[in-house]
Amino acid sequence: MSGGSGGTPGFGARLPEAFESLQGSLNPSPKRRRGRGALWAWIVVILGATYFIVPLIATLEFSLRPEPPTRAYVNVLADKRFFDGLRYSFIVGLITIVLSLGLIVPTAYWVRLRLPRLRPVVEFVTLLPFVLPPIVLAYGLIRFYSRQPLVLTGTELGSDLLLVAAYVVLSFPYMYRAVDNGLASMDVRVMTEAAQSLGAGWFRILWSVIFPNLRTAALSGAFLTLAIVIGEFTIASNLARDAFGPYLSLLGRDKIYEPAAVSLISFGLTWLAMIFLALVARGSRTRVQIGGAR
Amino acid sequence: MTFLELTGVRKQFPGGVVAVQNFDLSAARGEFVSFLGPSGCGKTTTLRMIAGFEQPTDGTIKIDGKDVTNAAPNKRNVGMVFQSYALFPNMSVADNIAFGLKIRGTPGDKVRKRVDELLELIHLQDRGSRYPYQLSGGQQQRVALARALAIEPTVLLLDEPLSALDAKIRIALRHEIRQIQRQLGITTVYVTHDQEEALELSDRVVVMSEGRVEQIGTPFEIYNFPATPFVASFVGTLNAIAARIVDAGSGRLAIGGREIRTTSTLTGAPGDVVGVALRPEMITLVEGPEPDVGPGRNVVPATVKDVAFLGAVVRFGVIVGEGDEAASIDVDTFNNPNLAVPAIGAPVIITFPPEACLVLGTDVPEVTRDALAAAEALL
Repeated sequence: MSGGSGGTPGFGARLPEAFESLQGSLNPSPKRRRGRGALWAWIVVILGATYFIVPLIATLEFSLRPEPPTRAYVNVLADKRFFDGLRYSFIVGLITIVLSLGLIVPTAYWVRLRLPRLRPVVEFVTLLPFVLPPIVLAYGLIRFYSRQPLVLTGTELGSDLLLVAAYVVLSFPYMYRAVDNGLASMDVRVMTEAAQSLGAGWFRILWSVIFPNLRTAALSGAFLTLAIVIGEFTIASNLARDAFGPYLSLLGRDKIYEPAAVSLISFGLTWLAMIFLALVARGSRTRVQIGGAR
Repeated sequence: MTFLELTGVRKQFPGGVVAVQNFDLSAARGEFVSFLGPSGCGKTTTLRMIAGFEQPTDGTIKIDGKDVTNAAPNKRNVGMVFQSYALFPNMSVADNIAFGLKIRGTPGDKVRKRVDELLELIHLQDRGSRYPYQLSGGQQQRVALARALAIEPTVLLLDEPLSALDAKIRIALRHEIRQIQRQLGITTVYVTHDQEEALELSDRVVVMSEGRVEQIGTPFEIYNFPATPFVASFVGTLNAIAARIVDAGSGRLAIGGREIRTTSTLTGAPGDVVGVALRPEMITLVEGPEPDVGPGRNVVPATVKDVAFLGAVVRFGVIVGEGDEAASIDVDTFNNPNLAVPAIGAPVIITFPPEACLVLGTDVPEVTRDALAAAEALL
């Protein structure tokens, strides 16, 4: 056999070394690989942190420019419309969450249990709010519900209902994905059958078995929904609701430093909500072990 | 008296796949029946039809004389234990066991009493407040059993409940299941693909293949008198040998050119080939000259082909006859330190009683032409 150390002695003798060297450069030792990986990981983390932190620092710095530095914050917290808007959006958000959960959980459950082939269709439908601009949704709703047979825009309550209904639609992508992921983490069919064999009907199965095991997933969907509702401007503004979104917009038009202060306060509230979610999830006993020995 | 009755049950799934066909079974009150068969044979589908999770395409299912064919699963009062335990992760062990009782509106003090009884029954008295994820697999399955028993079901269904457990726990738990079942006298249907499990636990075994019932019988009947080639090959280790009829009337056959006798019913002309089943543990292997084994016992010279140590058993592979007529036969012997193991290639003698030599496909009158064809295919 030619090649290697057989055919041409000089070249053959060096070939293994050259090969090893090439292999070494192509496949560095595990220690070196780990070192490089750690370096890249740190670079990515620092870049990501910078991307998020720099705007916050800039906003904070800007909000503290007036004299005294806390003036913008004092003004915001002294403004009744801030709390009114926040309270209104919060209440609308909570109602939206309840309705959205009431609609999405049974639907996602049933699709997983009985209609798995429909999942792509349902996923597509829930993604429509991403495709449809909110302004189109707002005008469509206002036009449709401003005339017979169902006039909703004529009254405060009717407009509130319309706003909630629109927000339920907006929450679909977030809520459906969160709930569907939660359902994927448990064996829905076996749990359902176990409950059925013990005599449970559909409502009992949903209420006692499915909902409690979706607590973490439902909470994450709920907080995403709340975040969307609190910051939403287009629909609330077109329906002339005194929500937090329109208030923010108004503030940005009339004031210089206060919008920055409100942004940071909103950011703080969101973080509080996330911490609350993490605490609730940590206390959750819904770890699912479907099979296998421990 | 029949307590659980399946008559002409058939299940065809959308797409045309027939999972179960012509399934008939009558189980007495308190009987332990196992469905045994390979994956995809329809045993779980049949169990799910009894539970109400699947609707039969044809046939009827009766429990205690009541037709439940179309009854909803939550109206059948049938307890079910799943392979994956299916405990509710959000509930404690006690709450899991109490779930069915609470649905039935049982008063709180009675629920507590019943839960305590069942925790004692499964030896988990101190684990009532634990959550499923805090228990081992074996403990979880015991809780699942207690939960199914809490509602005092008319029939207890177990769908491969031990498959996810390791071997030691599996054996311990199957003894426990049988003991509890005997203690409560509950009619039980047990699905498994583990023949040892089925044979040990059951009063009767239903062997299934490709959606059909191959044989229903006691573990003794199933093991010793397999009705079809499939049962013979699936239950236990088996030598399936081609034998040539010498004289059907007197039960004389030839294996590897050596004449033997069978007590099985034998039909056919001299020279016809039939399938013969011979259990390895029914054969005795001796070295040296032809032994005097008494009248009637078959004595066949053979050559050792290989030897395998299987722990408690030593399996010898021997060849009987030569050329095209040669037959390969396994012989099992209990292992012991003084066992004289013949060398590979050594001449030996194998002996077995005529009743150990089962002629496949001819022992049961209802055996079909298909089964005979399967026997030929098997050989």
